[in-house]
Amino acid sequence: MIKMTEKIKFVQGNEACVEGALYAGVDFFAGYPITPSTEIAEVLSKRLPERGGKFIQMEDEIASMCAIIGASLTGHKVMTATSGPGFSLKQEALGYACMAEIPCVIVNVQRGGPSTGNPTHVSQGDINQARWGTHGDHSIIALTASNHQDVFAMTVDAFNLAETYRTPVILLFDEAVGHMREKLIIPEEGEIPRVDRLRTSLGKGVDYHPYLPREDGRLPMSDFGDDHRYNVTGLFHDMWGFPSNNPKVVSGLLHHLNDKIENNVHNITRYKEHFMEDAEYVLISYGASARSAIHIATNRRARGEKMGVLELQSIWPFPEAMIREKCANAKAVLVVEMNMGQVMRHVKAAVDRPENVFLVNRIDGKLITPTDIKSLLRVIQGRGV
Amino acid sequence: MSVKDYIRERYFPHMWCPGCGHGTILNCLLRAVDQLKLDKKDLVMTSGIGCSARISGYVDFHSLHTIHGRALAFATGVKLSKPELKLIVPMGDGDALAIGGNHFIHAARRNIDITAIVMNNRIYGMTGGQYSPLSGPGKKASTAPYSTIDNDFDVVKLATAAGASFVARSTAYHVLETVDVLKKAIQHKGFSVVEILSQCPTHYGRKNKEGNASQMLEIQKNTTAKLGSKALEKNPLLIPRGIFVDNDTPEYCQEYDNVVERAMKGRKA
Amino acid sequence: MARLKLKEHLINRDWCKGCGICVDFCPKQVLELDSEEKVIAARPEDCICCKLCELRCPDLAIEVLTDQDDKND
Repeated sequence: MIKMTEKIKFVQGNEACVEGALYAGVDFFAGYPITPSTEIAEVLSKRLPERGGKFIQMEDEIASMCAIIGASLTGHKVMTATSGPGFSLKQEALGYACMAEIPCVIVNVQRGGPSTGNPTHVSQGDINQARWGTHGDHSIIALTASNHQDVFAMTVDAFNLAETYRTPVILLFDEAVGHMREKLIIPEEGEIPRVDRLRTSLGKGVDYHPYLPREDGRLPMSDFGDDHRYNVTGLFHDMWGFPSNNPKVVSGLLHHLNDKIENNVHNITRYKEHFMEDAEYVLISYGASARSAIHIATNRRARGEKMGVLELQSIWPFPEAMIREKCANAKAVLVVEMNMGQVMRHVKAAVDRPENVFLVNRIDGKLITPTDIKSLLRVIQGRGV
Repeated sequence: MSVKDYIRERYFPHMWCPGCGHGTILNCLLRAVDQLKLDKKDLVMTSGIGCSARISGYVDFHSLHTIHGRALAFATGVKLSKPELKLIVPMGDGDALAIGGNHFIHAARRNIDITAIVMNNRIYGMTGGQYSPLSGPGKKASTAPYSTIDNDFDVVKLATAAGASFVARSTAYHVLETVDVLKKAIQHKGFSVVEILSQCPTHYGRKNKEGNASQMLEIQKNTTAKLGSKALEKNPLLIPRGIFVDNDTPEYCQEYDNVVERAMKGRKA
Repeated sequence: MARLKLKEHLINRDWCKGCGICVDFCPKQVLELDSEEKVIAARPEDCICCKLCELRCPDLAIEVLTDQDDKND
C-alpha cells in the first residue's frame, strides 16, 4: 500500500528550493518580489515564522542583499532570491560579502534578459554575470540543477559551501525549472549532512582576529553579540578587520579571497554523468536545458549511438580540469544552453580540441527541445565530424 | 576618561581633519553610551561610506562598515535577526539622504528600534567637497563652481513624515544638548533620528568662507535656537534644536515576534 | 556638589591636531596652542573645571583631572 506522507511533495522548483533551504537550516530571508522567483519569498514568508525564523520584504533588491549580510553576522543561515534585474542590483552588496567573507545564499531564477527582458520566460543568460557581476578580482561559487530533487540537494549544498568557505554562493536556477511541477522526496533528517560555519573557541578577553587565517587556512567566525568585538568592512583590511591600504595587506588579502575558492575547485565541482562511459558525442548541459539533452542521449543510446551527457551542477569555479578529462576522447562536444554560448566559450577554452566544440542554443524564451539538439547533430554528423 | 573604554585606542589619532565636527560627535556619543552604562557586548554600530562612516572603526563595539547609503539596510538585518542588540547607525548627510534616502524612509516607516545619527556637514567631505542634498542653494562646492541651485530638505520633517517615533536635532557646538539627546534616542524603543549639524572646515568651510572650526561652531550657535525659546519666537528663520517627536508606537521587531508567535501556534502538529 | 579642584590637564600630544576649539571656547582662556600647534594649559590656575574642553575636543586629546576623579576611579 502506498502511504502518502509529508515527505513526498508535488511542487514547483521554487518550492523545492525552499524545502532545501529549510532542510539546510535557513532562518532568515530578506527579499523583494520579482518574477519568476517570487514564490520563494511567498513560501518562506509562511514557513519561516512557523519555525521561529524571520522573513522580511525589504524596500528593494539592494536592501534585501544588505539585510541578509547583516543577519549572517549575528550567526544565522541566510538567503535571498531574485531574477535578472534584481541580480544586477545586488552586485555591489554581493561584492561586499565576498570581501568581508560573509556566508550567504543568493538564488537567481533566470529569465529572459538583458534588462526587463522576458519576465515569464526561461533563459540561462546570467552565467557570466554570476562570475563577474561585481567589480574587482574575486571568486564565487555558483551551482545549478535540472530537476527538483537536485534543486533541493544543490540548495543544501549551497548553504554548506557558503559556511565552509565563508563566501556568498549563487544558485543559478531558471524559470522553467523554477515554475514546473515535479515530484520531490524530502530526505530524512541526517541523510544529507549540514555544515555550520567554523566558530572561534577563543574565550572572553582573548584577542580574536576575525581575518587571521588558522594554520589550515580557515577563518573562524564570531557572532555579533558574543564576546568578541571586531570590525567588518568592504575596504581592504588587516587581521582585525580595520581598513588598510598597506601593499602587503592588499596583495595578501586579494590572493586569499581568490585562492580559497579557486584552489578548491576539485572539492567544489559538482556534476552528473549520463551514459558517459565511452561517449563519442558529449553533450554538456545544465539546468532545464539538461533535461532535453538527457532525453535525446537516452534515445540515441537505445539505438546504439555513443552519446553521453555531462550535466554540470557547479558552474563556478568553472570545472576546467574535469571537462578536459571527460571530453578527451570525444569526437564532438555540444554545449546545450539557453544563452548565446556563455558556457560554450569556457568549454572551448578548457578542452584539448576546441574546434570540436559546438553550441546548441535557444534564445527566444522557449525551452530548448530535443528536436533543437537533433537539428544541430544532423549538421555536425553530416559534416563527418 | 572612562569613555576611553569604548574606543579602539590602537587606531588613534583618527583620520578626521583638525577641527572636524565628527570628532566632537564621537566624543558626545561615547559619553552618552558611558552615562547609560551600556554593555559593549550588546552594541552594534553600522555605518556607510564617508567621513562620518569611519566612526565605526574607532569604537569598541561590534562594528559593521558597509557600502554607501546602505547602513540602515544592513542594520535592519542585524536587528531583526537578533533584537536584543542595540543598533547605532551614524551616517553622513549624503550617505543617509542621497543614496541612502530610500532606506532612511523605510527604516523610519517600519519604526524598527535603531538609532540613526545624521552627521550633517552639508558636504561630501571624503571625496573632496562636492555638494550634498543638504547643502542648500547658493553654496560653493567642487561640483558647484557657479554655486548650487539645488534645494535642500528638512531632515526632521522627512523623518517625522516617514514614521520615525523619535526625532531630534542638535549641533556639534551644543555638546551638552547633543549628549542628552543621544542618550534619549538610544534609550527610545523605536526608530530614532538625531540630526547633528557638524562642521567641515576643510571643504565646506573653506569654499563658503565660513572660517575655521571655531568660527563654524559660532555659526552653529548663532543660526540655531532651542525649541520653545524666545529666540526662536523672535526669529523663526533660525534652525530649531531639540526633540520634535517622541512617540510610543509599535516597534517592528516586537510586531514580528507577534507574527512568529501566531505562526507557531497555528502550525499543524 | 562641592566645587571641583583641578589636578591637571592631561593632554595627549600625539592625538591633538591643534584645531584650537578648546582654546577658543574655554570660558577662562586657560588654554593656548604652543609653537608645535599643540594645546597647553597656559593658565591652569584659572581653570574652573567645567570640562567643556574635554567634551568639545574632536580628538579626545584633553582630559581635565580633578580631585573628584581620584575618588571615582
